[in-house]
Amino acid sequence: MREPNTTVQSPANGSVAAAVLSCGFGCFLLGVLAVAADGSKGLAAALNFYTPAGPLSGVTTVMIALWLACWAVLAIRWKSKHIAFAKVSATAFVFLALGLLLTFPPFGDLFLGR
Amino acid sequence: MELTHRELVTAIHGMLFGGFFLMALFGGFVLLLELSDSGMCGEASARPASRWQTVYLIAMAALGWAAVLSGAYIIYPWYRAVAPAGADPTLYPKFLLTAHPATAGWHNFGMEWKEHVAWIAPMAATMVGWVLIKHRAAWNASCQVRNAVLGFAAAAFLAAAIAGGWGAMINKKAPVQGGRTYQLMGSAK
Repeated sequence: MREPNTTVQSPANGSVAAAVLSCGFGCFLLGVLAVAADGSKGLAAALNFYTPAGPLSGVTTVMIALWLACWAVLAIRWKSKHIAFAKVSATAFVFLALGLLLTFPPFGDLFLGR
Repeated sequence: MELTHRELVTAIHGMLFGGFFLMALFGGFVLLLELSDSGMCGEASARPASRWQTVYLIAMAALGWAAVLSGAYIIYPWYRAVAPAGADPTLYPKFLLTAHPATAGWHNFGMEWKEHVAWIAPMAATMVGWVLIKHRAAWNASCQVRNAVLGFAAAAFLAAAIAGGWGAMINKKAPVQGGRTYQLMGSAK
């Protein structure tokens, strides 16, 4: 079995921080867009990119585009940098939790005052 | 024994892409636990991902994207199509479910939840795979990185399980069906 064991000095974590934070942000965006499209007929119509699938097509397309854009921007800015990972990780998990909550219909309805 | 075109495609979406994605996520989570346990945090080793791990993680993410994309752009349009007057309601699952208060919750709660939460899974799986393949040194060096990636992998599994579970139950209550019929075994009588 191959066992390369090249010792390196504490590697930069900027790229990983960018991936983790943008993933959490993407989850949050998904929740926000899902609730917003549910609460606004105008936004739902604007997000109706593919009529057979309805606003879901726009919600997910916009979410994916913004997630990848956020990831790319952060990855470029944080490349080769040492980031305070605990703060980034905590922020990402808050985003993730909010995203999971907002995609839960009773919570979304509560948010929309239904 | 027959299967309609829509039933076949729905089976591919749910049982092939979705089912294998869920199993791959579970396997991936076990892999992450194994890798977490294999060395002390902060060992700062540049040991890379093995070839089979790379293939596995890419396949895991690809299955997730195949599941959500086929679901949103092929199955969901069949599910939510508006039934014309006088049409057979069993060919329009959303219409069939929402027509009765006793079954409306399968759409208003189940499908509304499933159609959105599912997307968290491939996104998180992609991030997990990316970190494990491209940034193994950072994974090896930091417990914080390991914990964050493990947390997102668990969230991916949870989201995929919710989506898969509701999908299976909704398809049981109001199956997506119709289109060309394939004869699988025996002859039609």
